[in-house]
Amino acid sequence: MERPLTKNIHPGRPPLNLKDYEMTGGYSALRKIMAGMSPKDVQQAVQDSNLKGRGGAGFNTGMKWSFVPMDEKGGPTKYLIANADEMEPGTFKDRLLLEGNPHQLIEGMIIAAYAIQANISYIFLRWAYKAAAKCLEESIHEAYHAGYLGENILGTGYRLEMYLHTGAGRYMCGEETALLNALEGKRAMPRAKPPFPQVSGLFGKPTIVNNVETLCCIPHIINNGAEWFKSLSYSEDGGTKLYGVSGKVNKPGAWELPMGVTMRELIEEYAGGMKNGYQLKGVLPGGASTDFLTVQHLDLKMDFKSVAAAGSRLGTGTMIVMDDATCPVGFVHNLQHFFAQESCGWCTPCREGLPWVEKLLLSLEKGTGTEEDIDLLQQHTQWLGPGNTFCALAPGAMEPLQSALKYFRDDFDRHVKEKKCPYHHNHH
Amino acid sequence: MLTEEEIKAIDHEASRVPHKKAALIDALKIVQQQRGWVSDESVSDLAEYLEISPAEVDSVATFYNLIFRRPVGSNVILLCDSISCYVMHYEEIYASLKDKLGVAFGQTTEDGLFTLLPNACLGCCDRAPAMMINHDLYTDLKPEQLDTILMKYK
Repeated sequence: MERPLTKNIHPGRPPLNLKDYEMTGGYSALRKIMAGMSPKDVQQAVQDSNLKGRGGAGFNTGMKWSFVPMDEKGGPTKYLIANADEMEPGTFKDRLLLEGNPHQLIEGMIIAAYAIQANISYIFLRWAYKAAAKCLEESIHEAYHAGYLGENILGTGYRLEMYLHTGAGRYMCGEETALLNALEGKRAMPRAKPPFPQVSGLFGKPTIVNNVETLCCIPHIINNGAEWFKSLSYSEDGGTKLYGVSGKVNKPGAWELPMGVTMRELIEEYAGGMKNGYQLKGVLPGGASTDFLTVQHLDLKMDFKSVAAAGSRLGTGTMIVMDDATCPVGFVHNLQHFFAQESCGWCTPCREGLPWVEKLLLSLEKGTGTEEDIDLLQQHTQWLGPGNTFCALAPGAMEPLQSALKYFRDDFDRHVKEKKCPYHHNHH
Repeated sequence: MLTEEEIKAIDHEASRVPHKKAALIDALKIVQQQRGWVSDESVSDLAEYLEISPAEVDSVATFYNLIFRRPVGSNVILLCDSISCYVMHYEEIYASLKDKLGVAFGQTTEDGLFTLLPNACLGCCDRAPAMMINHDLYTDLKPEQLDTILMKYK
């Protein structure tokens, strides 16, 4: 089984420096495009590979790039941004790539920037990733020194600057238009679309924002071709995927596997099954803002299409396992507390609705909730759903709530009937 | 007044963006790194230096949770309270920290050594529960480890 993104990453060992990276074939993809691929060739190769964005939305990466104006209308300045904010609760995959092989990301960024003819690039890194910040700074410095960044890359005349920007917190920064506002020194509020960032993004210039894992796939696609990339996958979405499992399993962690492995393989094989004394009750397949799946979905293939067909989203591919000793109402309350806190306050349904949802769930947990409260929660999943809010934060927050009400309704009802949280003393 | 060192660091950040004011978040972080927090005086100083209004500086400073508009202790503890740490019982770690430090979330110990804050997901969910003290990450936490960890900062 091929693991192009992580085969040279050995957790616990220092990251690959420039020399190590070059020894493993690093920067050969950049040399290849500089020796004779046009920006359009690069876009086409990536589009043909069926690489879909790994940050959660799952849009075809090459197609996203193709929306950037390539004629003089695009103007002399364009931007390429690596979204390394990784703030989705339960998600820890990009950390592995950033801390293990920073040059892989840098090479992917240079190729992506070349494909849209951007001359300035930023890595938007979340504040908490201190180790990643250190190795990225060092690696960017090495890449400049080796002539992979700067005025005249590999003597071709192509110029690219790269800067590391570390954030100051806030989940909203992961949303691509809010990220642009943060990079402009403003509050991280989402922007109206259209115009899309590909046309008018950072400082009003054409901008592409790609997730770290997405960008790390690029050098391998260029080196080995679109057909090879597609063949790595068990499904129609190309490539491998970094999957993760957290919760009460024996071996929580993250692994690069063919796109489309089943949830059962991930939990039972790679994560070593549930800890002794616990049963699996539910799974958020791709971070806090994805719908619950349950035991009936264990044989589901974890790719964008299959997970969507089952009523959820692959999201970031890092799943959170809920065991049978954890209260589903308490679990969802924790999520809604997070979303209410992280709402930027711009639009009314999100700003007012999420704290209300949080309060209703808290009253259920405290034993003071009523049947009507459960109905109100149900109504909120519509009111805060897609189409009623400015961005995807509140609809994302409603995904675990609506599916918890669907799959674990008995647990909600028991809180009302028993006037307490029935799980309260189940903590081992 | 901004120090020469602060101005130099802010200018460096401003050189990476087309407008000086785009360096505001970095500038806030630079001031905080030097002084521990961002005072009203610093808000005015930054507004003047970056040529924006103090209200705009404050709106940004109060938006981002890791910019402190009140003094904090010499060490800041950020305990993850997000979902994977919830499943792995971060609440037991919180109860133990409250007990040992005598403060709840949002408070600073009387000796000024520690400020205790909740923090959204720290991105190490496979090693939950987790917390950061200053730049140091602690994972797979158990209440019995806390004395040894806190001792390092006393």
